[in-house]
Amino acid sequence: MNKLTKLFITFLSAITLSLASISSSFAKVEGEYIVLGSAISLTGKYSSNGVHTQNGYNMAVERINKMGGVKVGGKSYKFEIIYYDDESNPKRAAQLAERLIKQDGVHYMLGPYSSGLTKAIAPVTEKYKIPMVEANGASRSLFTKGYKYLFAVLSPANQYLEVAIDLAVEKNGGKPVKIAQAFEQDAFSQDVRLGILDAAKRTGSKIIIDDKLPKELNDMAATLAKVKATKPDVLVVSGHTKGALTAIRQISEMKVDVPMLAMTHCDAAKLSKQHGKKSEYALCASQWHKNLSYKDKFFGSGKKYDKDFKKEFGYAPPYQSAESSAALLVFKDAFERANSFDRDKVRDALKTTEMQTFYGNIKFGPGGQNTAKPMILFQVRCKGDVCENKVVAPTKWASDKFFHPIPKWSERG
Amino acid sequence: MDFLIFQAPILMVQASLDGILLGILFALIAYGMALQWGVMNIINIAQGDLVILGGYIAYSMYLAGIHPGWGVIVSPIIMYFVGWGLYKLVINKVVDRDLFISILATFGIAIVFQQLMNFIFGADVVVAQSEYGTTMLFDNSVTLPNSKIFSAFISLLYAVILVIYMKKSKLGRAIRATAQNARAAKILGVDTEKVYAATFGINAALCGVAGALIAITFTLHPYVGLPYTVRSFMIVIVAGLGNLPAVALSGMGLGVFEEFADYILGTEFRIGSVFMLLVLILVYRRFKLSRKREYLK
Repeated sequence: MNKLTKLFITFLSAITLSLASISSSFAKVEGEYIVLGSAISLTGKYSSNGVHTQNGYNMAVERINKMGGVKVGGKSYKFEIIYYDDESNPKRAAQLAERLIKQDGVHYMLGPYSSGLTKAIAPVTEKYKIPMVEANGASRSLFTKGYKYLFAVLSPANQYLEVAIDLAVEKNGGKPVKIAQAFEQDAFSQDVRLGILDAAKRTGSKIIIDDKLPKELNDMAATLAKVKATKPDVLVVSGHTKGALTAIRQISEMKVDVPMLAMTHCDAAKLSKQHGKKSEYALCASQWHKNLSYKDKFFGSGKKYDKDFKKEFGYAPPYQSAESSAALLVFKDAFERANSFDRDKVRDALKTTEMQTFYGNIKFGPGGQNTAKPMILFQVRCKGDVCENKVVAPTKWASDKFFHPIPKWSERG
Repeated sequence: MDFLIFQAPILMVQASLDGILLGILFALIAYGMALQWGVMNIINIAQGDLVILGGYIAYSMYLAGIHPGWGVIVSPIIMYFVGWGLYKLVINKVVDRDLFISILATFGIAIVFQQLMNFIFGADVVVAQSEYGTTMLFDNSVTLPNSKIFSAFISLLYAVILVIYMKKSKLGRAIRATAQNARAAKILGVDTEKVYAATFGINAALCGVAGALIAITFTLHPYVGLPYTVRSFMIVIVAGLGNLPAVALSGMGLGVFEEFADYILGTEFRIGSVFMLLVLILVYRRFKLSRKREYLK
């Protein structure tokens, strides 16, 4: 064995040893640290949103620790998070949740990114009675399974675009509208669809096109040709970032004229940047916007959060980061009210949460979903070549008037 | 069931044209697959990922301020060397092995490529803007994005160039000879190793062209390669190996079939109906074969 190999082996065993000692020392509360666990997508197809989530968590941990930490039983504790990379894979996420709970002794969990992965982890945390506050799983099915240890700070998926239908009816003089819709076949988008079905029923509106887009589909030309032929009052599209980008590209190329276009994932897709003027007038559902007037003592206002986040990470925070930061505020509040590290006491405290954060009001319904925060809608508006998202609904926070109807393509420059 | 298409017959024109334009693009990818399948007996699972990589090359040009349309020239050149390198690194070790080994190897390559693209370009869905505009037909009731017309035209152009090259050039003759009988070709002095490397390179170059076209007509994401692999696989299955006109026809046919299925059965049955058709074709083929066998007996 030559010197180099020896050195390498020594080095390797040193690392292994130190890792082993770290992992065995982790427990629910270690010294002055409250240890939280999270499986998060740092690689794989959700990696960009996974990183947004992680940055949101880290920002809140740092802020809370700096501002006095969490006070339980007269003593001040700090937050610490153990992360594992779930590779955007639900099976892996469930395994890692087991590992966090059984090997690392974590007693409190933070959610992963996306509804699908949250769905994979929730049965595990439920089985071990581990309270989980999640910020990135909006699918309605998460909140109808009777989970007792799951709490979500965000509004459920079926609420995403309901407001848009109400808005369309309002613009139509209170009369029912004709709706065309195209949704990807995944848990989240189908939940958004259910919300639209409810809204249509409530307003007496008629759904004239109801397409379910295959996941691998890159092409909506057929759906859009149908829209052209049937002339609906509103077109609703939801298919994650790919759906949003494909829709705008093909609507502009096929010159589809529709008075109102409502979508999801516009900000995640960086729609206004990637498609510029072509995306103008698109109406988008969002969990959060920096201009909302909510406040808390840790981050101040949305605008302040936006500024601090930019300083720390070098880009403007998407709502995925904001809601993730809010999850930590909820945990802190619950620990202090429970005044204990007992899991069930913390869970009971979570259940009675009623607070305002910079991200919005938080109060959990019976299924664990946040019932206190409305969704907001923004519209892409352009000045010259620069396009921005402007909040148009609800009216309380609207910075701009909702522009309706969308001008015809022949009249657009 | 939706009978909109029968109420508004102009939609049939739209559906057919959309299907044909889409089909030609897929046929180009399928032709690359048929070529190296025929020559090397390798089913390349990484085909779609090579396409997406080609797309990212065009996208990088777009980011650098060059029109992404030029990607159809730059991307195949870079991709040829990527393919050639891939052959020297991995494929040459599996080329005369069992089909299963090569499927495994290319599956591994697909995963590596996906992660690499994710690492370099990020997991966001991206588009490159071509600003080619739109062609309106029949009083605006049929609209064709010029980017799709451009794609179909470039695909056809490359296909024609390739056919001529395969017929006339020395390397083309060597490739065809190797496809017919690799051992005989070797005995007669063809350097089959070189032929294989070139074939894999040409396939990757075709993927590069298709990728650049996809960047300007659809969207790019590191993990959307597989549908392109599956689609080209189906086209090759329907058309058979080594028959370019059949590949082009089968590409267009499947494209049109899919569009019509969308209008008549609904969008959710679009891909399912293509698979149904594939099953029917395979059953029919088997039936025909078994009759031929009986006749031989």
